[in-house]
Amino acid sequence: MAYSRSAWTALADPTRRTVFARIVERPSSVNELARALPVSRPAVSQHLKVLKNAGLVIDMRAGKRRIYSIDRKGVAAFRAEIDRFWDKTLAAYKLAAEQLEEKGK
Amino acid sequence: MSPSATSEPIKRSVVVDAPIEHAFEIFTKRFGSFKPVEHNLLAVKIAETVFEPRVGGYLYDRGVDGSECRWARVLAYEPPYRVLLSWNISPRWQIETDPDKASEWEVRFIAETPERTRVEIEHRKFERHGEGWESLRDGVGGDQGWPLYLQRYSESLARGY
Repeated sequence: MAYSRSAWTALADPTRRTVFARIVERPSSVNELARALPVSRPAVSQHLKVLKNAGLVIDMRAGKRRIYSIDRKGVAAFRAEIDRFWDKTLAAYKLAAEQLEEKGK
Repeated sequence: MSPSATSEPIKRSVVVDAPIEHAFEIFTKRFGSFKPVEHNLLAVKIAETVFEPRVGGYLYDRGVDGSECRWARVLAYEPPYRVLLSWNISPRWQIETDPDKASEWEVRFIAETPERTRVEIEHRKFERHGEGWESLRDGVGGDQGWPLYLQRYSESLARGY
């Protein structure tokens, strides 16, 4: 879906990577992340939304707060990401191998 | 998803109109030219992807600022037939330094004719990435968390995210 992003793309943004790294260290609420990082609360929320759509984090309600943590079933999602990686890589590889072969002739 | 589905190897193959030596050379020497650009764990853009052609060497990305991401290690190098590498990126999307927690991928080159080569990829041992995963203390597990979690997980699968 156009709405969701791949994990690679989601992590391409340095700030988002920092937010994610922090969550890897410790599950956190939006407020905790905004306090710990030089990022505004709305910006943190936006980054979390992207990370969530990419399947990198999940959120759960704990009382009044919403806590973000990394996906515990991450291995399955991770494998799916690698699956797509090989599709793309091999398709591009075929082009590269055949183009250069023609040029070499 | 069941554990077996998680650890099942990924298999792909492609046939290229090129002799086996050429197919092997492009795959190794020019890996960076066809690798998807978003495949990057550096904070900056990749200047170069280097495939060190020897056992014990690395396949790594070098960023425009000189930083490096050594995301695969060469475990077998047998031109023009086969290479075997580790996959040192963890499900946390960080470099995994423990070789026992890395999966591995094998690339085999098979000459179908003198001008055509079949390239097979097998990425396997994903379960290795999972070791220690359960011991992760994330504080939000527990029985109450699981139903919601499973719902979200199946939603993300349904999205084909």
